[in-house]
Amino acid sequence: MTMLNERQQLSYIAAQAADARLNVELETEGMTLNIGPQHPATHGTLRIIARLDGEQVVWAEPVAGYMHRGYEKLTEVRSFPQVTTLINRIDWLGSFANEVPFILAAEQLMEIEAPPRAQYIRTILFELSRIANVSLFLGDLGVQMGAITPVFMAFRDREYVLNLIEGATGGRFHPNFDRIGGLKDDLPKGWIAETKQVMKKLRQFCDEIEDLLFGNEIFQSRTRGVGIIPADVAKSYGLSGANLRASGVDWDLRRDQSLPMAWDQADFKVWTHPDGDSWARCWIRLQETREATKIVDQLIDNIPAGPVMAKVPRIIKVPEGEAWVSTENPLGEMGYYVVSKGDLGPFRVKIRSASFNNISITPWVLKGVYVPDIITILASLYFILGDIDR
Amino acid sequence: MVRLSDTATGNDETAALPGDGLREGIVDGLRSDLGDRLLDTHLLPQKDLWVRVQPDAWALTAAALKTQGFEYFCFLSVLDWLPSPFGKGEDDPEAEPTEPNTEIKQGYAGGASRFQVFARVTDIKRHVGVTVKADVPESMSVPSWLPHYAGANWHEREAHEMFGIGFEGHPDLRNLYLPGEFEGFPLRKDFPLLSRMVKPWPGIVDVEPMPVVDEGEGDAS
Repeated sequence: MTMLNERQQLSYIAAQAADARLNVELETEGMTLNIGPQHPATHGTLRIIARLDGEQVVWAEPVAGYMHRGYEKLTEVRSFPQVTTLINRIDWLGSFANEVPFILAAEQLMEIEAPPRAQYIRTILFELSRIANVSLFLGDLGVQMGAITPVFMAFRDREYVLNLIEGATGGRFHPNFDRIGGLKDDLPKGWIAETKQVMKKLRQFCDEIEDLLFGNEIFQSRTRGVGIIPADVAKSYGLSGANLRASGVDWDLRRDQSLPMAWDQADFKVWTHPDGDSWARCWIRLQETREATKIVDQLIDNIPAGPVMAKVPRIIKVPEGEAWVSTENPLGEMGYYVVSKGDLGPFRVKIRSASFNNISITPWVLKGVYVPDIITILASLYFILGDIDR
Repeated sequence: MVRLSDTATGNDETAALPGDGLREGIVDGLRSDLGDRLLDTHLLPQKDLWVRVQPDAWALTAAALKTQGFEYFCFLSVLDWLPSPFGKGEDDPEAEPTEPNTEIKQGYAGGASRFQVFARVTDIKRHVGVTVKADVPESMSVPSWLPHYAGANWHEREAHEMFGIGFEGHPDLRNLYLPGEFEGFPLRKDFPLLSRMVKPWPGIVDVEPMPVVDEGEGDAS
């Protein structure tokens, strides 16, 4: 076992104590608690079955599948451009970000690349959907602990971002804007100036949330030292995104791989935190929202001129081959393994969604915690149900 | 006011991206661990690496990769190489039915069986990932990756219910998504997509006439 800090050791001891209690079958009568599938704290229909000993969880198991829509099967009967409609609905709070890796995989198979202008606009919209997604997380976080105000602030300020996305793409939640070879349209007039204004507002929102929520004593005591995930466990479960970086792993697919996107043109910081607790996960997301506004600000001044669509044939046939492309989505690593047989549609698409792996760790991390902490840990792991069930 | 943001660590350095030499080194490392149980490799220059191993060495490969530094588990799933006997469900229902294509042809790194398990792991320090494949033998089961990658748990459960592949050593292959009494394996190619069987894809009838543009003009919006 690698070196652990003090908090991580305490969490291990609690988990082992829970194990011991399960093994010796103490006389205290256990209780099975069912949370969900219709529970406001579960953001959708995730159900948690927890076996309790007093107030402590000895065993917990999430039950997914209440919203399984079979997207992997459906992709096999659609053509490539039609698939974006489906994958928009996987992580519905950051829809545009879902489209990008699939389109990139198709472009990789066709050996074409979007023109630079399209790459920039893609990256900007990608980061805007990250801001829209994560700002809702930041507001929702308070609700889990009884603070009502942050969620109203979040909905207020997210609205500005959604308006921007709607202005550019025509869709607030499901833009369906990415095309193989580029984008459907160019940016509308006046959009750039408005975006700059909104980014200022969003940075202010982050400051407000940091003071109001992260500086709050109750919030700190509810999250610090709770739900600790050490780095080696996180990697072995395939945790990604902010959950992985909160365990001290310096890994960001925007920086650590080369894709035909504009992230390498922006100067941004990849935040990590050594603690690996609920606090660290929330805090990393706050910093990421700030970094995302900076990325947008840097890129928006330098969008190159030119077309937004490469030359692609009218009827898109993707050559035979296999491609894996993943990007750093708001929830973590989202990737598509696309197999094409040279037809109009894909032969097989394996969708690797971030929340699926992020939530599969819950039986491990919930062992030994107290009942109210179940809610905060689940909130800090941050999942979207459509992203688990697909 | 001092913000909490000033206290934690951050990094903005871009590390070097992996080259093909690194990927060839990974193949050499695997070959010394697995010997001739490493069957085939496929290297897409500057892009990605595929390797195929013998099914009985499936779990051994996971152990070897983990020692090589591939600590991050990405996903595990199954490929069914049988072409769908139902077509894509987009065909004109009034047209003459064509003979379904039943030729099984595997993708990168080859293979011999209809089903293949495949998984992807990543080395976070060296910024490189590898996709591993193995044929599924007639027993329809392969060793589980669970002892090496804890994240394989749910992925193997999903593969089991969707494709009917067993994973030896997995303690609990309950259905993850489907109801317990569900019959059949939905993601197999010979499992019909019933909604398409009942009602043909509306896209066949609702097609707007295409604007007349020269081929190769681009602008395919």
